[in-house]
Amino acid sequence: MTSTGAVRSGEGRIGWLEQTLGGITANIERAIFTEQHARSNGWLQRRDPRAKMVGSLVAIVAASLTSSVAGLALLYLSTLAAARASRVPFGFFVKRVWLGIPFFAGIVVLPAIFFVPGPRVFDLAIGPAHMAPSWNGLAGAVLFVSRVGVSVSLAILLVVTTPWADVLKSLRALKVPQVFVLVLSMTYRYVFLFLHTANGILLARKSRVVGRTTGGEQRRWITGTMGNLMSRAFKMSNDVYSAMLARGFGGEVRTYTTYRIDAVDCAGLAGVAAISLAAILAGRILP
Amino acid sequence: MTEAALGREAQTSPAPAEPLYVLRGVGYMYSGRQVALDGVDLEIWPGEQVALLGANGSGKSTLLKLLDGVVGPTSGTIRALGLNVAAVAAGEDGFRFHREVGLVFQDPDIQLFSATVLDDVAFGPLQLGLAKEDVRDRCDEALAAMGIAHLADRAPFELSGGEKKRAAIASVLSLRPEVVLLDEPTASLDPRTKWVLVDLIRRLGAAGRTIVVATHELDIVPRIANRVVVLSEEGRVVADGAPALVLADRDLLVRANLIHEHLHEHGATAHSHFHDAIDGHHDEGARDA
Repeated sequence: MTSTGAVRSGEGRIGWLEQTLGGITANIERAIFTEQHARSNGWLQRRDPRAKMVGSLVAIVAASLTSSVAGLALLYLSTLAAARASRVPFGFFVKRVWLGIPFFAGIVVLPAIFFVPGPRVFDLAIGPAHMAPSWNGLAGAVLFVSRVGVSVSLAILLVVTTPWADVLKSLRALKVPQVFVLVLSMTYRYVFLFLHTANGILLARKSRVVGRTTGGEQRRWITGTMGNLMSRAFKMSNDVYSAMLARGFGGEVRTYTTYRIDAVDCAGLAGVAAISLAAILAGRILP
Repeated sequence: MTEAALGREAQTSPAPAEPLYVLRGVGYMYSGRQVALDGVDLEIWPGEQVALLGANGSGKSTLLKLLDGVVGPTSGTIRALGLNVAAVAAGEDGFRFHREVGLVFQDPDIQLFSATVLDDVAFGPLQLGLAKEDVRDRCDEALAAMGIAHLADRAPFELSGGEKKRAAIASVLSLRPEVVLLDEPTASLDPRTKWVLVDLIRRLGAAGRTIVVATHELDIVPRIANRVVVLSEEGRVVADGAPALVLADRDLLVRANLIHEHLHEHGATAHSHFHDAIDGHHDEGARDA
C-alpha cells in the first residue's frame, strides 16, 4: 500500500466513526428532538398526555391479547383515523412502521413457520432435508407481524403527537416512581449534549490530523476519547448535582405539571376501551 | 418587565447592621493540593453589588460556590445569613440557606437540567413545597423578568446561548433570593445579548438585591457594581474598593492579569501601552528605544 493509500485508509476508519456518530445525532435530533408533529394543532396533540399514555397502553395490551387479524385490523384502522385527525402525515406514519417491522419481526418468526405442525403449503426436498412451511405457521406469522406492527404504530403515534417532556411526565400516571422519571428526563436532556460534544471532538481531531496514523494509534485515540467523554460526563454530573443543591434539592423529587383531563379526554379513553374490547372479543368470536 | 421578580418582597430595613457574609482566612484546595483560594478575608453587606475580578484560575468560581454553600472551605470560616457555611455545605440548614442565596452557574447547560425551561424555573419553588398556583406565579414572574415567557415550553437544547443564560437566571430568580451570585454571566455572548444581560443585572441590583458577579470583563464592571474585589492569580484578595479607584490602578490590574502591557516601536522611539476591554488603548508615554 502506498503512503497515500494508508492515509486514506486511516481517514476512512475515523471517517466511518464520524459519519456514524453524526448519523446517530442527526437521527435522534430528527426523531425525538424536533417534535415537529407534537407541536401541531391536531386532535391527539390537544389531549391530556396521561390520557394518551393510558389509552395507548390499553390498545397495545388489546393488540397482544387478540388472536384475530380482524381485531388487529380494527385497532390499526382506529390508529390511522387518530393519526389523520392529528395531522400526522399518512405516508410518514405508515412507512415508518411497515418498512422495517416485517423484516425484523419476520426474522424472529421465520423458524416457527417451519416447525408449527399442520398441513404443509409445499414440501421442498433438499437432499435429506425437507423445507415444509405449514399453513398454521404462516397464519401465526402473519398474526405476529401484524400484532407487532399495530403495537409499534400505537407507540409511534403517542410519541410523535406528544412532546417528550410530557411523555416522560405522564409516566407518573402509571405510578412510575418520580425519581425514575427525573433520571429519564435528565438523560433525555444530556444525551444530546454529549452527542454534540463527541461530534465536536471528532471534528477537532479531523482538523488537526495532517499525517499518517496507524490502526493502533486510532484505536488508542478512540478509547482515549471515550475516557475523556466519561470524565466530562462524571464532572458534569457532579456540577449538575451542585446546581440542584443550589436550588434547594433535598433528595425528594417534585415535578411541575398543569395537566387537566377534560370530558373529551374521558370520551377518548372510553372509545379506546370499547375498541380494545371489541378487538379482543373478535378473537374469541371470529375464526 | 416584572419588577416583583427583580426585587425582594418588603425589604424595608434602611441601614443594615450586620454583613450578610463574613469570610475569615478562607482557603480552598482541590484534590488536597491545588490551591484555589488562600486566606480570603471579606465582608459583603446587604444590597451591595460586588464585582469579583480575577484572571482565569484565580478562584472566582470557587469563591462563588463557597458563598452559595454548595462546597465548604478547606480552611478558615464563612458566616452567611447567620449560618456557618461549612455546616450548610455538609447538609445543615441547606433549605433555609438556598431560599436566600441563588447561584447562576457559568455553564447554563449545568443549570438547565430539566426537559423544558418551565420545569427548570419551577424546580426551585417546587423544592419549597409551594402550592401549584404559587409556583406558576413565580415562574411567570421570573420568565417575564428575563423576557423569555415565550420560551417556557421549549427544551433547553433548543435555545441560543443568550436565551440559555436568561433561562438560567430565571431559574434562580423564581426562588426570590436575597443574594444572587452570577458566575461569568456575559461570557461567550454576542455584544447585544451581553449588554441586555448587563442591564438586567443592573436592574436586579437597583431593585435591592445583593449581587455578586464574577467576571474578568472590565467593561461591564462600572455598570453592574458599586464595589470591586480583585483576586490575584494565587487566589488572594489584592484589592477591595470602589470601581473607579480599583479600575484606575493600572499596576494592580497588570499584576492581577486583567490587562496587559506591551511596547510599540516607532523608529527610534518605543511607546508602552496598556490594553484592556474598558477603552482599549492607553498611552503611558514614550521612551527611547
